[in-house]
Amino acid sequence: MLEIKNLAVKLEEEDKQILKGVDLSIGAGEVHAIMGPNGSGKSTLSYVLSGKDGYEVTGGSAELEGADLLDMDPEERAAAGLFLAFQYPVEIPGVGNMTFLRTAVNAQRKQRGEEEMSAGDFLKEVRARAKDLKIDADMLKRPVNVGFSGGEKKRNEILQMAMLTPKMCVLDETDSGLDVDAMKLVSEGVNALRSEGRSFLVITHYQRLLDHIKPDVVHIMANGQIVKSGGPELALEVENNGYADILAEVA
Amino acid sequence: MALPKLKADTTEARLDGLVLPKGSVWATATREDALSRVQTMGLPTKRDEYWRYSDPASLTVADAPSAAIFDNDEAALFAGVDSVKVVFVDGVFDAAASDDLVAEGLEIARLVDVLSTDIHWAKDLYGVLEARGQNPVERPLAALNTAIATDGIVIRATAKAAKPVNLIYLHQDKTSDVAIHNLVKVEVGAELTILETGPAAARFSSVIEVDVADAGAFHHVRAQGRDHERRAVTHCFARIAKESAFKSFTLTFNGVLTRNECIIEITGDDAIAHVAGACVGDGKDFHHDDTIFVTHDALNGESRQVFKKVLRNGATGVFQGKILVKKDAQKTDGYQISQALLLDEDSQFLAKPELEIYADDVACSHGSTTGAIDESALFYLRSRGVPAAEATNLLTLAFLADSLEEIADEALADELRDRLENWLGRRS
Repeated sequence: MLEIKNLAVKLEEEDKQILKGVDLSIGAGEVHAIMGPNGSGKSTLSYVLSGKDGYEVTGGSAELEGADLLDMDPEERAAAGLFLAFQYPVEIPGVGNMTFLRTAVNAQRKQRGEEEMSAGDFLKEVRARAKDLKIDADMLKRPVNVGFSGGEKKRNEILQMAMLTPKMCVLDETDSGLDVDAMKLVSEGVNALRSEGRSFLVITHYQRLLDHIKPDVVHIMANGQIVKSGGPELALEVENNGYADILAEVA
Repeated sequence: MALPKLKADTTEARLDGLVLPKGSVWATATREDALSRVQTMGLPTKRDEYWRYSDPASLTVADAPSAAIFDNDEAALFAGVDSVKVVFVDGVFDAAASDDLVAEGLEIARLVDVLSTDIHWAKDLYGVLEARGQNPVERPLAALNTAIATDGIVIRATAKAAKPVNLIYLHQDKTSDVAIHNLVKVEVGAELTILETGPAAARFSSVIEVDVADAGAFHHVRAQGRDHERRAVTHCFARIAKESAFKSFTLTFNGVLTRNECIIEITGDDAIAHVAGACVGDGKDFHHDDTIFVTHDALNGESRQVFKKVLRNGATGVFQGKILVKKDAQKTDGYQISQALLLDEDSQFLAKPELEIYADDVACSHGSTTGAIDESALFYLRSRGVPAAEATNLLTLAFLADSLEEIADEALADELRDRLENWLGRRS
């Protein structure tokens, strides 16, 4: 599904190398987790994959089902099936959440040459999905993320994911700012979307999220590279011993 | 005191050979008074402080610059609204194209007829609010309009009007130079909505004097455009009495130069005055100026000024807004916001917000911002699959949304929102 080879990225404005050769291969239907200390480049990886400005790719490649992601505009990446759940979802005053969702769904369909979703079908779908995530009618009506609590914002991200039905979902610290109940709710939302044709890359600091969203593979990222990969037990090791031991071991 | 040379020359050139229209004794006296005000004040020049950001030369030059007729492929705005349609073609009332000037709760007449009538209530309004509005800031173009205007509409609302009056200004002559003067009197407890659309002329001077009696309500929704080359200077003078309401919204598309002045005097307690506007301008020739002056001279008054501008490709926007709170206007609640969204680095917004407060128990605030599209919001939308141009349009409409919310009638607001969407769509 997602093939990242030797990806090297620096900041556009500064001479600062953030990613120093990342290799990552995620098969269809797999769930991979990336853990790592602050500043290791986890969030940068998610931004570079989704096409955010401010980064310069200095080497390597990233392909989604064989298509060169790095050559596409952000909207093309989305239409190709990539979805980034933001660590800090953006507030957009003046744009209703429902309008936002419908515009996004239909914009993707249009780019893929598919028919737009009718207003009726869309409404039915969004209501059903919102109900699963305990998102009420008021949240759908309000401007995107404006005045939403931390938990509401993250649930709103998962709602977008559910509506856009992407193939490759990148979750950037989706657990940050969530209490236990909210994390459970968000995780259930993600798990409900797991399927053979859909892969996940879960970026997190804490093993706890991975109790809920069980990964097939866990990677440890440090200093712009993936330094160790393993099964779910690797996350437990981090939880118990911190990163120091692992980093010392690979140094 | 002699006028400065540029001002004296400008005024002389404009008034050279001017013959005041004929009318009744009182109308002639009013026109002569207005003309003498113009001669005393002199016409504005770019050296005037009040015209510092907008060059009035094309508004004062003797011969109006011509404006190509714009082929508007959109249906007429407010066409679906059940209204009394009043059509002016290049400033001349077109009876055949207009509805009968009757509606329950309203008395409607042509200005030209009113000004030739010996006894008429309009005597106490025509040029009266305009003259009051000359102090403390001079508005000579409004006085000139009073002196020379022949056509316009005179409306008296005696109850809640059964339907709005829809003033439609068509432009068919590319050199037309037009002065329209409208009068509105809203009697005690009455209510009236006026709609205005269309470019009107190559050069358009419009004055509307609105007198709202106790507990009366006046609503005004106006769309200017989409002619690319037209020039317009408009003045709205309003005097609002106890517990009355005045609400005015203007949407401006295109044009070369537009100066919209709105002068509101709150003379009765517990009255509210809301004036708002949105404009979208494209290109270095586009210059749009909102100049607002709200005077609070009564207790518990509430005023709001909400102005938004979207500017691109070198367009210029100006906002001069003032709230004057007189000594006894305690408990005044005054608010003013002017904001511009600059879609590129060539466009500019010039804002001069002013508060002048003599009462000691008031809540007044003002703010002004200028900014670009929010990059993080743009990326968020694009990351969800919305193409950059469409995302920019969505954010632009969101920026304008606050001002459109000032329109009380949602159907009218939706219609204007659709037009804005079309305008943005054509340019993306």
